[in-house]
Amino acid sequence: MEHRPLKAETDAREHLVVIGNGMAGCRAVEELIARDSNRYRVTIFGAEPRVNYNRIMLSPVLAGEKSFDDIVINDAGWYAGNGIALIAGDPVAAIDRAAKTVTTRSGAIESYDRLLIATGSDPFIIPVPGKDLPGVIAFRDMDDVDTMLAAADAGGDAVVIGGGLLGLEAAHGLSLRGMKVTVIHLMPTLMERQLDEAAGWLLKNALEARGQTILTGADTAEIVGNGKVEGVKLKDGTLIPAGLVVMAVGIRPSVALARDAGLAVGRGIQVDDHMVTSDPAVLAVGECVEHDGQVYGLVAPLWDMCRSLADGLVEQPTGYRGSVTSTKLKVSGIDVFSAGDFSGGDGCEDIVLRDASRGVYKRVIVKDDRIVGAVLYGDTADGGWYFDLLKKQEDVSQLRDLLIFGQAFAAGGGAADPKAAVAALSDDAEICGCNGVTKGQVVSCIAKGSHSLDAVRGTCKASASCGSCTGLVENILTLTLGDEVKAGPKTMCKCTSFGHDDVRREIVAQAMRSIPEVMQKLHWTTPDGCSSCRPALNYYLLCALPGDYVDDQQSRFVNERMHANIQKDGTYSVVPRMWGGLTNPTELRAIADVVEKYSAPMVKVTGGQRLDIFGIKKEDLPAVWADLNAAGMVSGHAYGKALRTVKTCVGSEWCRFGTQDSTGLGVKVERMSWGSWMPHKFKIAVSGCPRNCAEATIKDFGIVCVDSGYELHVGGNGGIQVRATDLLCKVATEQEAMDHCAAFIQLYREEARYLERTAPWIERVGLEHIKARIVDDEPGREALRARFLYSQSFSQDDPWAQRAEGAEAEHHAPMARFTPQKELA
Amino acid sequence: MTTAEWLDIGWVDQIPVRGSRTVQVEGGDDIAVFRTAEGKIFALLDRCPHKHGRLSQGIVHGGAVACPLHNWRISLSTGEALGEDKGCTPTVPVKIDGGRVLICRASTLKAAA
Ligand SMILES: Cc1cc2nc3c(=O)[nH]c(=O)nc-3n(C[C@H](O)[C@H](O)[C@H](O)COP(=O)(O)OP(=O)(O)OC[C@H]3O[C@@H](n4cnc5c(N)ncnc54)[C@H](O)[C@@H]3O)c2cc1C
Ligand code: HEM
Ligand code: SF4
Ligand code: FES
Repeated sequence: MEHRPLKAETDAREHLVVIGNGMAGCRAVEELIARDSNRYRVTIFGAEPRVNYNRIMLSPVLAGEKSFDDIVINDAGWYAGNGIALIAGDPVAAIDRAAKTVTTRSGAIESYDRLLIATGSDPFIIPVPGKDLPGVIAFRDMDDVDTMLAAADAGGDAVVIGGGLLGLEAAHGLSLRGMKVTVIHLMPTLMERQLDEAAGWLLKNALEARGQTILTGADTAEIVGNGKVEGVKLKDGTLIPAGLVVMAVGIRPSVALARDAGLAVGRGIQVDDHMVTSDPAVLAVGECVEHDGQVYGLVAPLWDMCRSLADGLVEQPTGYRGSVTSTKLKVSGIDVFSAGDFSGGDGCEDIVLRDASRGVYKRVIVKDDRIVGAVLYGDTADGGWYFDLLKKQEDVSQLRDLLIFGQAFAAGGGAADPKAAVAALSDDAEICGCNGVTKGQVVSCIAKGSHSLDAVRGTCKASASCGSCTGLVENILTLTLGDEVKAGPKTMCKCTSFGHDDVRREIVAQAMRSIPEVMQKLHWTTPDGCSSCRPALNYYLLCALPGDYVDDQQSRFVNERMHANIQKDGTYSVVPRMWGGLTNPTELRAIADVVEKYSAPMVKVTGGQRLDIFGIKKEDLPAVWADLNAAGMVSGHAYGKALRTVKTCVGSEWCRFGTQDSTGLGVKVERMSWGSWMPHKFKIAVSGCPRNCAEATIKDFGIVCVDSGYELHVGGNGGIQVRATDLLCKVATEQEAMDHCAAFIQLYREEARYLERTAPWIERVGLEHIKARIVDDEPGREALRARFLYSQSFSQDDPWAQRAEGAEAEHHAPMARFTPQKELA
Repeated sequence: MTTAEWLDIGWVDQIPVRGSRTVQVEGGDDIAVFRTAEGKIFALLDRCPHKHGRLSQGIVHGGAVACPLHNWRISLSTGEALGEDKGCTPTVPVKIDGGRVLICRASTLKAAA
């Protein structure tokens, strides 16, 4: 209490007491002094034993880029010079509003005329066992930084819980200080509140490249240690060693004092536009307040709040109207910016620019010709400009086409026409950065006859790699040819300029591993794709990375996500597998029991020789599957882009015409190929003789047994457009029939486009191509077969059994039940 | 836990990102509660304006869901069909409080009735 002015008791001025010597509390006093330095006598209480400093710069202090002295905002001289009493290191413990006094922890009592609460926020500590162990800290003040620096001196492992702004800055600092850092983040994307999935993915990659381990979708179960922290255990059982654990999972407005004093408190201390609380003598400002339903966790709103507060204190009220905020991550070398609302929605239009070679992602969200949000990664130079346009609500319709290229481009000489901009480029201007192609080269390749985007990509390679210059190339085409530009092949969907084949080729060539990665590297024009491309990408990745790729459930159509077929009334149908169309009393009994137990309104024999149970409710599916599993049955994948059935006839075992054991072969083929995901549904049949009772010649793969062996047929389809199969070849043994089948399926899996059945695929690529790969090229066939069987080793895992055991229960149970009379159950 | 106007239906984290969960309303249609890639939460009647498909079972992308039955795209914030299609699903106001999802009681009753 060394700074207490001696004349305090005789001072007749009104006494303003400030609780909180932080950023908002001191700024408020600064604003007040700027308006009227003599009006109030000021006393500031601070819990921290030091002068006021810039809290946001704790990150650079941790990273070793700044010292504490560098970040002090108001030194001791400021307090003394302005006659401010600072009582640091003795927090206020209670407010007595009736007596108008505050009491500190040490028992000192101070009376006030006006009280300003600026207590900031408390870090949120997740309530897991071990949270109180020594070595578990938050990241909020200088003491925390000192603890981290001491731990870093000792070296070793650190875990940061929380992959938001604060957590990542802590992780960055600790890793620069030589610790081995693991970040545990509950959400699938880092900084999900500020960044969209695409930018979050880029950020994760960049941090991993710097040696941090980033675990997303990871839920902390417990912090372990004996007397001090030794590690963090995740809900999935993983144990991560750690000598230091930093919890940065969020903050809560610090409202305890205010609540105890009976002030109106919601999420924060409720204030009006002049920062006055429910008691006219008490004001509040900073992160601890709630204004108009909003609480803030950034400094920019504090400045506005403090201005309005000071205006009110000197009786020239203006009024605070809430703030729009933007965020920048302070990790040197990684530029991330986000502002406003990027959740999309009605009337919102996304303008996306991706430049994979420079690691840049920019997204500006426009609604009614106004910018409503922006997410920038890699190149944040224009963040301020977008934020300014956003705050001022400027009409950007004139800039629309060039907006995404940034201020320099969009404002440049009023050339608001992209074609004019392209026309103005010189011949040696580089168009395609990936392949180093100039405008002159593109023009001359068009002159030599490449009259479509695809032809240009095929000849001079412009736009053939990442596709970010597609728009430029298209403009050059129109400029050079006028209307003669040939429409290219169909793109995968409106989110990309690439076709299916290009995407697949690039996935393999660039060894891509996730949907966000594909979207970034291939310059998707939407932030998270659409219902056409997401399932396709999910399949292509699954096919390219057997056993490795983690299926994205949210990119699957309902039937594949629910492992059952949705019906028009919202119930599901369930078709268990009956190998080769065979069944037995146990299976039939189990099916009969299920039908009765769950009151299924209908059972039908399908055209695929199995039984379909209709009218099952989503909630009952796991129990139905458990019952069917108990009788030895597994999913029939009647819902999937996958192997459906293998239809058979009775064959030589019973039929007087039968030449081979078609039933037995059918069972073997089904056992080999069930469970595999395909571009589309896939049906197989085996007939015992050319009378073909199993209709093998309208199946994707059909086997017709003859005396001398097996005829193999491919590419048949019933459907709207009936197509009989083409004869692929004839083989002598069952084993060869199976090997060819496996190779054919794999070729289809690897080469057909998503949602392309075998019939249109074969018409597109030609039967000769299939024959060349499967029949003529024995090593090639063998390799295809081996790849299929390898991938099968991961996929023959009954999805019903996993769900029956409780996996992904959230797909089946409602989140809550509401009975209007009884309220929530 | 309930309050007069808002129904507390659970934690935000119980809804998969780019996915949805349902709330059963006795004697009425379900309410579908969505969570977008950006973490925004929306609630709509679980019924497509086209032929009553369960929107909760669709693919969520951007601020819309594609209906599982015939692929109409429905805006999560307004319930309107997007693009060429016309129709609208009732929406239910949502608020988030301390990680809990609350939906408006009156709208829930009205929508599900
Ligand atoms: C590491 C870090 C990095 C950040 N980076 C950024 C950034 O890049 N950009 C950005 O906009 N924001 C950032 N922030 C957030 C920013 O620092 C806060 O928004 C800002 O400090 C809030 O100001 P405040 O005055 O409300 O709270 P604080 O600055 O926390 O001040 C509150 C003060 O009150 C004291 N106090 C609490 N209770 C009592 C009591 N009972 N008695 C006496 N004193 C008490 C506290 O000790 C504290 O000193 C960051 C925060 C941290 C921790
Ligand atoms: C052209 C579009 C087609 C569509 C959209 C379609 C759709 C469906 C659907 C939704 C089911 C599942 C029914 C259920 O279990 O709930 C199904 C099953 C079936 N369909 Fe089709 N079908 C088509 C064409 C065909 C054709 C051409 C044939 C045969 C020539 C056929 C034969 C079958 C058989 C046999 C089953 C039962 C499958 C099994 O047992 O797993 N379908 N079809
Ligand atoms: S007509 Fe075809 S699509 Fe329609 S219900 Fe029958 S099998 Fe299914
Ligand atoms: S019912 Fe939704 S699109 Fe038809």
